[in-house]
Amino acid sequence: MNDQAPINKIIPFSNVDGPGNRTSIFFQGCTYACKFCHNPETIRLCIHCGACVPGCPTGALRRENGLVRWNATDCVQCDACLKACPHMSSPRIRWMRAEEVFHEIRRAFPYIEGITVSGGDCTLYAAFLKELFPLVRAFGKTCLIDGNGAYDFTRDPELLEVCDGVMLDIKAADPEWSRFLIGNDGACALRSLDGLLRAGKLAEVRTVIFPGRDHENEETVRTVAQQIQNACPYKIIRYRPFGVRTEFQALLGEDTTEFEEAERYASLARSLGATKAFVV
Amino acid sequence: MSEALHVIQDPTLTYRQQLVGLARLGESTDRSLRYSDAYYAAKAKGALCDLNEGVMPFRPRYICPDYELLFQKGCEFLQLDPPKDLLEAVNVLEIFYCHVPSITTYPVYLGDLDKLLEPFVVKEDRAYAKKVLKLFLRNIDRVQTDSFVHADIGPEDSVTGRLLLELTEEMQLAVPNLTLRYDPEKTSDDFALACVRCMLKTAKPSFANHRMFLKEWGDRYAIASCYNGLMIGGGGYTLPRMRLYECSLDARDADDFIARVLPAYIDLQLEYMDKRVKFIVEESSFFKTNFLVTEGFVRQENFTGMFGVVGLAECCNHLLGIADVRKGFGLNPEATRLGLRIMDAIQERVAEHTAPYCDAFDHHYRLHAQVGIDTDGMDDSPGTRIPIGAEPAMLDQLEVNEQFHPYFPTGTGDIFKFEETWAKTPEAVLSIIKGSLSRSLRYFSGYLENNDVVRVTGYLVKKSEIEKLRQKKQSLNQVTLYGMGAQDGGHALDRRIQTHE
Ligand code: SF4
Ligand code: SF4
Repeated sequence: MNDQAPINKIIPFSNVDGPGNRTSIFFQGCTYACKFCHNPETIRLCIHCGACVPGCPTGALRRENGLVRWNATDCVQCDACLKACPHMSSPRIRWMRAEEVFHEIRRAFPYIEGITVSGGDCTLYAAFLKELFPLVRAFGKTCLIDGNGAYDFTRDPELLEVCDGVMLDIKAADPEWSRFLIGNDGACALRSLDGLLRAGKLAEVRTVIFPGRDHENEETVRTVAQQIQNACPYKIIRYRPFGVRTEFQALLGEDTTEFEEAERYASLARSLGATKAFVV
Repeated sequence: MSEALHVIQDPTLTYRQQLVGLARLGESTDRSLRYSDAYYAAKAKGALCDLNEGVMPFRPRYICPDYELLFQKGCEFLQLDPPKDLLEAVNVLEIFYCHVPSITTYPVYLGDLDKLLEPFVVKEDRAYAKKVLKLFLRNIDRVQTDSFVHADIGPEDSVTGRLLLELTEEMQLAVPNLTLRYDPEKTSDDFALACVRCMLKTAKPSFANHRMFLKEWGDRYAIASCYNGLMIGGGGYTLPRMRLYECSLDARDADDFIARVLPAYIDLQLEYMDKRVKFIVEESSFFKTNFLVTEGFVRQENFTGMFGVVGLAECCNHLLGIADVRKGFGLNPEATRLGLRIMDAIQERVAEHTAPYCDAFDHHYRLHAQVGIDTDGMDDSPGTRIPIGAEPAMLDQLEVNEQFHPYFPTGTGDIFKFEETWAKTPEAVLSIIKGSLSRSLRYFSGYLENNDVVRVTGYLVKKSEIEKLRQKKQSLNQVTLYGMGAQDGGHALDRRIQTHE
């Protein structure tokens, strides 16, 4: 196949993307455009409009034959381009083949448990993942997928076969609330949850708790907890306005969910049998 | 003001610190041990440094007594019988420690505490054993008041090892420094994880590459002082250091440095070491009459000289005309390669030299990556470390370290500062440690930002104690002062924090 995928970032050592020390690979592009996204610059592919070029303080961005080119060596990671981009994108993308990614991450292998692919939505590049994972697993390293729930894993047994587990976002159980938050009714995510459970590939579930949305929060937590029981950890995440686009801060509030409020939902989940529920 | 009066009037020095300061001054009045003019010139330039070891070495710099022997046959001079229970064992050690000399006047090696005490600990009720060990640690912290006081544990799990970790967490003391000898086959993940958790709370223990030390030293090695590999029943005579940045100022370019400048300075430092070693063995009374020697707790043939280097990064950057440390040694393959060439040259020349009184080491000195002293400022980074503030991402930093650690049997190490979230994921930290030690990292130290006990360049201090000194109050630990100097001059506490970006 030798398809290329747009890679937003590779972090050699990460302790927050699954068990142990892991290399995290972030893909560019997402099926959703969640209102509460903290990394909106990963949502769309760059359309080379050039709006970010003039603001780059180091000349790391250049126009060339109608394309915007990024020079990694000159970049100082100031993020000015991300703020300037009106298209929820980033110019700092590398199009890479699976073997190229493999060669780059290989040197981290002695120090890591495995890799986690994330996004954006990495499942947009399922074919790429099916090439990458066997290369990594040949070295005894595990491969986890960080999924936003858009991908119907039940229809891709081949992908499930080559991955060690999926960490799944369940953003909303109520279809209305789901439509408001992410633009679809959320049924696909729930179907994946069920399928992954059956396949023994559910590594972790995560739900964000929004301040003051008692009814919606409770419905999501109940649905997940009853379903997963003690099969995997259930991370209850507090909504934080930091990084969220301002127009949506207005809709979702500028408050952070209190720890106590999140903890209430974690204990609700535990009382329903999801014994590995906790607040992060 | 005379230097003596300065010491006497200094409000931040405790009585014992004044005593040591005045003794140093007294020692320096003698002129019997002379070196060549070229040596003095190099010293005046700052190219060679004697680490304030004093002009008259009246004892080896580091001494690692054979405590097993002490427990087997007792000590005649100190009138101590072999201990029969835990209380006697710690009492014997507490007394003995007070009679082990060193450059700091405090013992730099307290023994493999878990192995020594385990037979006694397992005979006691756990709570009682813990109480006794707690008082033992308190005694060490208040009596051996110096962060270069060092104890070792591992590689195997033990009740004593676990109790020492528990107490280290509960008591939050800077003394003693602590090392786990880590061996992937002998150290269980569970015990290693307990050590990681303790390290993230207290900045200790550090992790030593047991297999690497075994290969070089055999199974009777100690980790003493900062991170110094030495032989048990022996030690280190002396530790001077080449300040490689200052050395490099004499060179026209890298080739000139390696061909001409470096060998000359190496030879001067070797000459200096030879003279001191001979003086300690032949002139001073230590190896003739000290009870440690006469009763066999140390043997002269188990000592070696430690050939120190410091500032390799700045040396390479200077020779290549690199002004921005972020583009220099450790981050720039050309500079790092030059570093390897320089280390090869040093290693080779030191290995060619026949050293006096180093019988257990085939008559050779061993290299040491000196950790820097408080007055170094930003000119010379410790040993072969990447300058603070320029550290690359951790993976790159480890890979650079792994290339340089094998050169230094008598010690080197690097320190990694972790951001808060890592406290919740000790397994992730352990993966990193295991990975690096399975390659060729020699010694790994870590601590969490915002801890009170922090690792400066090799030793531990409490940030709260540094604050005391700033307010012109006394600190019981004589090393706190160095910590303040390293923080002010070398920005030693500003090293890169390992985040997940
Ligand atoms: S982050 Fe963007 S704006 Fe900043 S230097 Fe890099 S490319 Fe330029
Ligand atoms: S990153 Fe955004 S602003 Fe820059 S060229 Fe691409 S789409 Fe335009």
